[in-house]
Parts: sequence; C-alpha cells; structure tokens
Amino acid sequence: MTATPARDVVGIENLSVTFATDAGDVDAVRDVSLTVGAGEVLAIVGESGSGKTVTARSILGLLPETALTRGAILLTSKDGDETHDVVTLSRRDLGDVRGRDAAMVFQEPSTALNPVFPVGWQIAEGLRAHGAYSRKEARAKAIDVLRRVGIPNPEERVDHYPHQFSGGQKQRIVIAQALALDPGVIIADEPTTALDVTVQAEILDLLRRCRDEFGTAIVLITHNMGVVADLADRVAVMYQGRIVEQADVRTLFSAPVDEYTRQLLGSVPRLGEGRARTADRATARAAGWQEATPVVEARDLRIVYPGRLRQPDFVAVDGVSFAIRPGEVLGLVGESGSGKTTIGRAIAGLTRVTGGSLTVHGAEMNGMKERAFRPLRERIGFVFQDPASSFNPLLTIADAVAEPLVVHKRAKNPQEARGRVDELLEAVQLPKSFGDRFPHELSGGQRQRASLARALALDPELLIADEPTSALDVSVQKRVLELFDELQRELGFACLFISHDLAVVDLLADRIAVLYKGELVEEGIGEQVLGAPQHPYTQRLLASLPVPDPDEQARRRAQWDRLR
Amino acid sequence: MATSITAVDAPGDLPAAGRRPRGWRGLPVIRQLRQSVGLQRGMLVAGLILTGIFLLTALFAPLLAPYEFNQLRDAAGSFGAQQAPSSEHWLGTTVGGYDVLSRVIWGTRTALYVIVAAVLMSIVIGVLLGLVAGYFGGWLDRVLVVVADAIYAFPSLLLAIVVGIVLNGGESSLRGGIMAAALSITVIFVPQYLRVVRAETVRIKAEAYVESARVIGASNWRIMTRHVFRNATRTLPLIVTLNASEAILTLAGLGFLGFGIEPTAAAEWGYDLQKALSDVTSGIWWTSLFPGLAIVLVVMGLTLVGESLNDLADPRLRTRRRGPATPADVAETSVVPGSPAADSSDLDHGKGSL
Repeated sequence: MTATPARDVVGIENLSVTFATDAGDVDAVRDVSLTVGAGEVLAIVGESGSGKTVTARSILGLLPETALTRGAILLTSKDGDETHDVVTLSRRDLGDVRGRDAAMVFQEPSTALNPVFPVGWQIAEGLRAHGAYSRKEARAKAIDVLRRVGIPNPEERVDHYPHQFSGGQKQRIVIAQALALDPGVIIADEPTTALDVTVQAEILDLLRRCRDEFGTAIVLITHNMGVVADLADRVAVMYQGRIVEQADVRTLFSAPVDEYTRQLLGSVPRLGEGRARTADRATARAAGWQEATPVVEARDLRIVYPGRLRQPDFVAVDGVSFAIRPGEVLGLVGESGSGKTTIGRAIAGLTRVTGGSLTVHGAEMNGMKERAFRPLRERIGFVFQDPASSFNPLLTIADAVAEPLVVHKRAKNPQEARGRVDELLEAVQLPKSFGDRFPHELSGGQRQRASLARALALDPELLIADEPTSALDVSVQKRVLELFDELQRELGFACLFISHDLAVVDLLADRIAVLYKGELVEEGIGEQVLGAPQHPYTQRLLASLPVPDPDEQARRRAQWDRLR
Repeated sequence: MATSITAVDAPGDLPAAGRRPRGWRGLPVIRQLRQSVGLQRGMLVAGLILTGIFLLTALFAPLLAPYEFNQLRDAAGSFGAQQAPSSEHWLGTTVGGYDVLSRVIWGTRTALYVIVAAVLMSIVIGVLLGLVAGYFGGWLDRVLVVVADAIYAFPSLLLAIVVGIVLNGGESSLRGGIMAAALSITVIFVPQYLRVVRAETVRIKAEAYVESARVIGASNWRIMTRHVFRNATRTLPLIVTLNASEAILTLAGLGFLGFGIEPTAAAEWGYDLQKALSDVTSGIWWTSLFPGLAIVLVVMGLTLVGESLNDLADPRLRTRRRGPATPADVAETSVVPGSPAADSSDLDHGKGSL
C-alpha cells in the first residue's frame, strides 16, 4: 500500500437496499458499513446473490428504479474538497459526481463499449460531459489516457472501433474511460471474469498500476479468491446481504475468523490437490488397461467453420490427436476460442468433422450421418455448461431426466421411468421429491446435479462435460466436482472434461491436454503438465493463474513478469 | 405431465402445467390480473369487463334481444323504417325496418364467430408453418418468409376483399359469409403468427435444452413437439387478443364495403353502418351511433386486455407492488434529514463507521 492518508474516499454507513419484485420485497443489502481509503484496493467478495454488486453500484447511484436505498454513502472527491451523500443527490448532481469522483468498470468489456462509435470518441464523451474541453483537447486527453493503459500506438488506434480490439484491449479501454477524469475511486465489477487467465493477469497488473500511478482507490468486486490475493489490500466478505468479515488481505487468508469465510476459502480448488487422487486411480487400474481400445480416438482431427461472405474459413481445431481409453478422464484445457468446446461437440455429433479422423465407440465421425449415429448416442452422456438453459423450463426435473430413457425406449413414458429417475436423483444426492419441481425452482448447483443425472441415465460409457462448473459459485463447484469424482469412480465411465480452469481439471483428470488456438500443445499426466510444463504457452497459462494466497501470489507474479 | 400438478390448492384444475403459481391462480389472464397494480390493473380490469360483456351478450343473445336480427314485423304489424327510439324499439329501427337494438345484440354473435374462426385457423396454420420454417430452415424457410412478406405488402382490407370474392363469389349465407370473412382475416394474420413463432423457434433451437435433447438422440419430431412448440408459443395469447380486435375491424370494414353478410343471414355491424350512411345527414342518429359504439367498445376492450397483458409480460414495463412501509419516492427525497449534513459532518461519519 502506498502511504495512505487518513482520508476516506468512500464511506458507506448502514446501507440497506430493498428491491420490489413480483414476489414482494427482497432485501439485497442489509445494514452494510464500509470505508475505502484513498489509494486503497478494497475487494468485496461473495457468491452470487450476496449483495456485493448492489453495494458497489449504489456508490454510483446506479441501481434500478425498483430499488429503495436507506443509509448514507459519502463520496469524497479526490482532492478531498467535497463530500456528497449519493443517496440524497438529485439526478443532475449524480451526473456530476459520476465519472469525476467515482467511475465504473464493467464485467463484460464487449458490451460496455458502444460498437458504432470510435473508442476515442467514447472516452471524449465522458470528458465533455464534465467540463469545457475542445474537440482537440478531448482527443489529446483520450490519446494520453489510452497510452497510459497500455494500448500500443494510441494516436492511430484512438479512431478505431471497439470490434477492432481484442477482449483484453477492450477492457483496457473501459478502464481508460474510467480513468479519463482522474476519479478518486474506480468500482470494478468482476473486471476479469469474462477474460482468459493470461489476459486476466495483464488486466490485474494494469489495475495495480492505476492505484500506484494514479493514486486511485479501487473497489474490486469479485468471486475469484485468486484475484483478491493478487490485487486487494483489504477484503470485505459478504454473505446474504451482510458483511460477515472485514480484514487486511494477509490476515483474511492466513487467519479467517468467520465460519463462512473459512468455508469459502476451503472450497477454492488449488493446483496440485488432484495429484494424490490421480495416483490412487492409476494404481487401481487393471493390467492391460493401456492396451484397451480407446472409446474416443482422434487423429489429425480438423474442424473448420465455413466463413461467411468474403471472410476466410475459421479453423477451430487443427490437427489434433488424442485418445480416451475406457474409464479414463481426459481434461481438456484452453482459453476461449481454443477449440476445446468444438472438440466436445464433435464427439457428441453436434458439430461436423471436416478433416482427419475421429472415432467414437468405433464409429468414424468424419462423414457420419445423423441417422446412423443415433443408436450410438445412448452410450454418450453430455453435461452442458449453463445449467440454467440446459433444461426445458416447462418440463419437471423428473420428466427431463426420464427423457433419454423414453427416447431410447427403456421406458414408455416418464411415469414408467420414475423408479429409475428416483435412483438417479439419489445418485447425484438430490431428494426424490425434487423430481416434481421445475428447473427454475432449483439452484444452479442442484440443476447441474440434475443435469449430471440426465447424462448418466443410460449408463453411458463416455461422458462429455463441457465446463460443467464454470457457471457455479466456488462452494457449489466444490460439491459438484466431488460428486462427479465419486460417480466416475463408482460407474467407471470414460470422460472428456472440458474446462478453462487448470485447478479444476487438475482435481479430476487422469491426463491433461492443453489446447491453444486449435492446436494441442501439450498432453500428459497432471504431474508432467502442471509440474514441469514444456510448451511456453502452458508455462504462461500456469504462471498467470492467480492462487488464493497473497504471498505465494506475489512470487508467482514475479515469475509471470519474467515469462512475459 | 400429470405428475407435475399434484399438490395444488385447487383440485381439478386445467392442466396448466409449467405456469409458475400452480392451480387456478396460474391460468393466463388470472395470473396477470393478480400480478398487476395501479394503472395497469385499471386498464386490464376495464378491458376484461368490456370483453366480458361482449362475450356474455354473444352467449345470451337469444334471451337479451327483443326481436330476431332479421325480423321486420311482429304481431302488431310491420316495424316501419327509421323509427325513432321508443318503448317498442329502444334504439329505433333501421332504414331496412330492422330493430337496431336486436341487430346490435345479434351482431356480437357474428363478431364472436368470426374472431374464433379466424384466430383458430390462423394460429393452427401460422404456428405449424412457423415451427417447420424455423426448425428446419433452408429453402422452405426462405420461401415461406418471402410469401409472408409479400402478404404484408398488400393493404390488408384489399386482400380481405379479394379473398372474400374468390372464396364465396357473392354467396352470403351465415356460414358462407362468416367463413369468407374469417378466411380473409386468416390470410392476413397467418404471416404474423408465422413470423413470431419462427423467430422464437430459431432462438429456441440454439438453446442448450434443445441441444441436450439432440445429444440424447431424440427425433426431430419429438424435439419440435416436446421442446420447441410449447416454449415458442408462450407469447401467442398476447397476439391473439390484439388480433381479435383487429379481426373485428376487418370484419366491419368488409361489411361496410358491401362484402359482408346479408342482413337476412346474420346481423353485422359494418353492414348496418353502411346502410346508415345516408341517415346521418337527415338527422337520424340512432341507426349509425349504436353499431358504431358496439364496434368501438369491443375493439377497445380487446385492445386494453391485449396491451396490458403485453406490458405485464415484460418485466421492464411491469409496475410492482411495494411493501406498505416503503413509499415509492423515498429514494429520490431524503433519508438523512437535511441533506447539507453531508458537507459538514463527513469526518465524524467516516470515523463512526470504523
């Protein structure tokens, strides 16, 4: 922390926020008091629905009309001259305060920028709203701030449109927009959640520089404990609208006081945890396992999406070879756009194979007809990424889980399949009575477990799990992963586990394959890939993964700087 | 489906499975009625009352109407043309010698027949085509969309007239007239249903639950009927109510232009209005006022229902009930009494919270 003056830029006192909804009033934030010192990074951590975003957005008065705010939010300008209570400010005064005293960085950089205006114009717009800048001055200022957030060649790029920038660069521009008026505090709402880990490390680096060079305080909202360890000075843990613990970052990670905080920290997956398990499994295997016919085998697999008018074809998967043997879990890791989901979809017959060879259960997928593949489908289960959308909202859970049984004629109708459905629900540790509920009546984790039940209904020999836990909170994620591991050992299905999170893959997979831009750059058992990575991309990926330990993370950061 | 609605507070309800609050409260219009507040509720209630009166009148027309729609004389002799309102003829008689009140009341039946026939036919055809077009795509989809666009390009009344002539060629019986009117309205409405259902289908086709059904190995027919159909048709009740009012206007327009139903076959407001055209200049107001009023009230009732259902279906437009202790405008006014307090006492506050 830089020398902190005894001055607070944000002081929240007894803040309560209530939303009027169809189901009556909902208390999102209850009696929260917080302060943010000048030049300090305060992380607000919590799971979805804990009220962390609402608390932070209320600092800028950015709540919807259905919200009712009580309490006081005192926002002090950077030079310390003026203090306003945001709760009582009129709409016009709020406009003055926003951007000048406090600014916001949103989660999804691709939607926070208007696609029809050049980025320079969008930065200048904020400037012109707050003072007499001529067009030229505003432009000069925009170029300056773009340079400071690390956009190369800003004189030229200031006239470019958002789509001409990469995701990480867009987030830099959003941060530049927030920094343009040199506010006392930036509210960053999950600023790196939508980004890949390697890009995330760069953005975190930039935010750290914001604090050091601009002296800006940052309110960082995140669910990622690694990010907290990397950036925060102080941490506030929120649970069900209340702050359960507030502490210095080192104290919080080394000696958490509250039960909930301890549980939260305990459920974060850490690299290296899975090695013992993998070793266990390896010894438990019967001899000759290595020679068994693979369930899935890819040789020089190539998948190309045809380009649209006057655009070149997009090669999603380029010459990938791998095999999954019976009972083996292959973890497929890669960033967005690396082709990992495409491979999973190709195995399930959802995406056409355009080159090379892919055999699933002995059938060649290149040139496969849907009709010929249909009988094989009962030997494949698929768990989708988003549990919210993978269930038909009009069918009960029991009906949805019974669907594969009915389709493959193991049961005439969902009622007849109910016995088996109850068994499956029990296997995924859901009460039988949940079968009568509709998907929206279940939480995300429960839905994902039901999704697992559906995938396992036909006792498949192969399960494809496409980022099954990325939409879940960490504590829920942990339980789903444990359940997954248990079921895998019990039922012995082979599995392709797709994830962007190395720690999650490490926990489950026997072997790990790393994809980068459609190519398989490294493959091997967890110990090799994570312990002694050979390919520079894997090394970078590993180094950029923030770990939930401030001191360890500081060391890793130094290592990452060297690799860059 | 039967398993899904076991423990509900009202037994023997309709199989409205999947609606959020179960039981009778989950039925489409009733759910919205319970959900609405303030002006939106007023609009919905007014619309429902008008629509209710319309439906009841149509149902009990034989009891309510003093005479038949095509009755020209009773035991006391001929009614006489253009008689002013009196105790025998509360709303007077028309130029053709019919009782205005009876014609207006019987007219609700004709209107209802046409609405039901037109909306049913257009839903069946439109939804089916929309599902097929959206789900399979390809050349069939393109052809259907082009045809739908071409139909859009015609003025709807002109199209209705052409269809009317082609279909009944001057025939004007009750069934023929109603079917002709209903069919011509159907032709105009099918593209609307097609487009709405097609757009929804295209969206739902990309949803994970449809993909998951495909991974399971479900056939196209099963996916279409079980997963896509019910999800794609959830917005239809809104279009139906709005279309119903449009159907009445088209029917009246056809009648007014002389392509409707003959007075001996059924009572029809548009036809009566047209016959009353010359009366207006000679100071005979009752022949045109009442059929006109009937059209306006029914259209208004249906439109109010449709519009408020539309608003209620959109969470951004829906107003919500607030808790009794939280008046709506507190956030705008003040919580800390005397807002300048923020300027003077910020230091104390800052310390106090630590």
